[in-house]
Amino acid sequence: MEIGRSLPKEPAPPPEVAAEGDQVHWEGLEETPEFKELVRARWRFVAPATVFFLAYYFALPLSNGLFPSVMRTEVIGHINLAYLFALSQFIVAWLLAFFYIRQATRVFDPLAEKVRQRAGRGR
Amino acid sequence: MNITFALFLIVVVITLGITAWAARRTRTTLQFWAAGRSITGWQNGLAIAGDYMSAASFLGIAGLIAFNGYDGFMYSVGWLVAYLTVLFLIAEPMRNTGKYTMADVLSYRLSPVPVRSAAAISTVAVSASYMMAQMIGAGSLIKVLLPDLDKNLKPYFSWAVFGTQLDPSITLVGALMMIYVIAGGMVATTWVQIVKAVLLMAGAILLSFLVLTYFNFNILAFFDKIYSVKDAATKLPFTSPGILYPYGKTTVWGVDKALVENVSLGMALILGTAGLPHILMRFFTVTNAKAARTSVAWAMGLIGSFYIMTTFLGFGAAALIGKANICAKVTEGFKCAPGLKPNTNLSMPRLADFLGTHFFGTAGGEFLLAFITAVAFATILAVVAGLTLAAASAFSHDFYVNVVRTHLFHGHVSEREQVNVARITAALVGLLSIWLAAKTGATANVAALVAGVAFVIAASANLPAILFTLFWKRFNTWGAVASLVGGTVVTIWLVAVGPGWTLPAVAHPAFPLQNVGIVAIPVGFALAIIGTFIGDLAKADRLAEVKFHEIDVRAQTGVGAESSPVTV
Repeated sequence: MEIGRSLPKEPAPPPEVAAEGDQVHWEGLEETPEFKELVRARWRFVAPATVFFLAYYFALPLSNGLFPSVMRTEVIGHINLAYLFALSQFIVAWLLAFFYIRQATRVFDPLAEKVRQRAGRGR
Repeated sequence: MNITFALFLIVVVITLGITAWAARRTRTTLQFWAAGRSITGWQNGLAIAGDYMSAASFLGIAGLIAFNGYDGFMYSVGWLVAYLTVLFLIAEPMRNTGKYTMADVLSYRLSPVPVRSAAAISTVAVSASYMMAQMIGAGSLIKVLLPDLDKNLKPYFSWAVFGTQLDPSITLVGALMMIYVIAGGMVATTWVQIVKAVLLMAGAILLSFLVLTYFNFNILAFFDKIYSVKDAATKLPFTSPGILYPYGKTTVWGVDKALVENVSLGMALILGTAGLPHILMRFFTVTNAKAARTSVAWAMGLIGSFYIMTTFLGFGAAALIGKANICAKVTEGFKCAPGLKPNTNLSMPRLADFLGTHFFGTAGGEFLLAFITAVAFATILAVVAGLTLAAASAFSHDFYVNVVRTHLFHGHVSEREQVNVARITAALVGLLSIWLAAKTGATANVAALVAGVAFVIAASANLPAILFTLFWKRFNTWGAVASLVGGTVVTIWLVAVGPGWTLPAVAHPAFPLQNVGIVAIPVGFALAIIGTFIGDLAKADRLAEVKFHEIDVRAQTGVGAESSPVTV
């Protein structure tokens, strides 16, 4: 298999990680409370955020096609709703990225670090 | 004219110099492909932006907006939002599990020989179709810089290759670019991407600033002017949706065809990015998952700002020049030279020429045209480099080393041999894309081409394989091969029988849509699922489920991820 070749060549790789074909080890890590909490925390953010951005994004072509006269409504001068909605997509994308990175730094990274420490200690 | 060409050459020589300097530092395979895993988050963010913003963004979107108004802006929106898919689902797991290529991640849990072979097919297909558009962009630029080149070289290009007559500009510039790329490596391209991303932002900011200055920084006056530009066929103002794909004309499957095209396009734009091999490779050059995340943030900032500026660049060209006058050669008063067809890929260079002349006189126009053309050329060169490396590494590292030499003809592969195979692959992919570019023609819009072929293959073939490998326990080799090969074949087939982008369009195509994503992407995902169940029934790949535990832990936490710097 490929595992052997992709292992770190850094000093002190934990021997449990280095052992080839040690499936029990990975399953063991998967069952730890830290790992389960990490996965839960990640999906609790990523799942709703993904659903939201997909819905918000496809709302743009759908409303352009289904309600063309509404979307051509001019808001300021000749700047219409369709353009402002498109522009809002940039703001929403940046905000979601900001919230994800904040969450990852505050919550996911410390949990992942705990799992890595446990992997280093052995079970 | 020849200030323009001289300045253009200076920029090209500088980039070539950087490559030559970097090539001397490219010693090991790890350096060649993953830049020694020593790139920091912000550097990688700039490089992602550089890799991502190709001729399609710099020349193509401005052209789509200049020719079709608002609908062109949809490309800008989709190509930024796409990075949320990358950030939420792909970037960190890829960094935690990958080594050089996408197939390294897949073959963690799947059977390496079939998966690497299938991934090599889809990667080469994405890279070649993406590169085809870059060749068209570069060829178009040369037609502006040296308008007589095509005419003078015509006698030497009178023969046809497989029934297609090669375009002199595209062939010449394409061959030069391939030589440049094959001489350098990923170290070169990372730094060239960074330099190029900065140049590209500078060019876009400068032109946007001049457009705004033209309208005395009055956004409302700018939009008044855009509103006064009307589409001939639909009578709609350019600020309004529905010009590129007019609403309420024809239906497909009982739904307004324009709506279907736009949704289909959107699917390709936001799902394709996460399956682009040359973008995924970028995550293997950073030190850890946190740096992968930071680099996406930087990339999103830069890419988003650039795409917002396409408002000024595209609408500016529509309002100030008009689509009928955007061609390779213009006469006094910025009218299209007689006998030339408008070329949508030239909106940016023509806008630069117009604004330079308006503000600084004729010499200013020549200077600004040279600058923007050189930036566009550097853009294309950098993207072609990234694409070539993705294709070359898929073939050389995945197929040649890990399939042919490891499993079929056992033996030790020297680094030299591996790099040489990569170079030969690069040359072949380059030739294929030059031929495809000549077949498509220089006036096809490069953004529409990239979104219509490369992004759909990426979303229908690569994305299901990557997502399911990382997150679906039951996924197996059969599913991966089904989506990688099936998604590629279905996309190419639908595009081939569809209306396509070459003008004049086919009258009654076998497949009604230009954007095939709405069919191809669900088919790719369905093939992955069906393949998995068939593999399950055949009990062919029991290891995949067992190994899921490993990839699950690795992807989420980075346990055992290759750290920086390592020597292989």
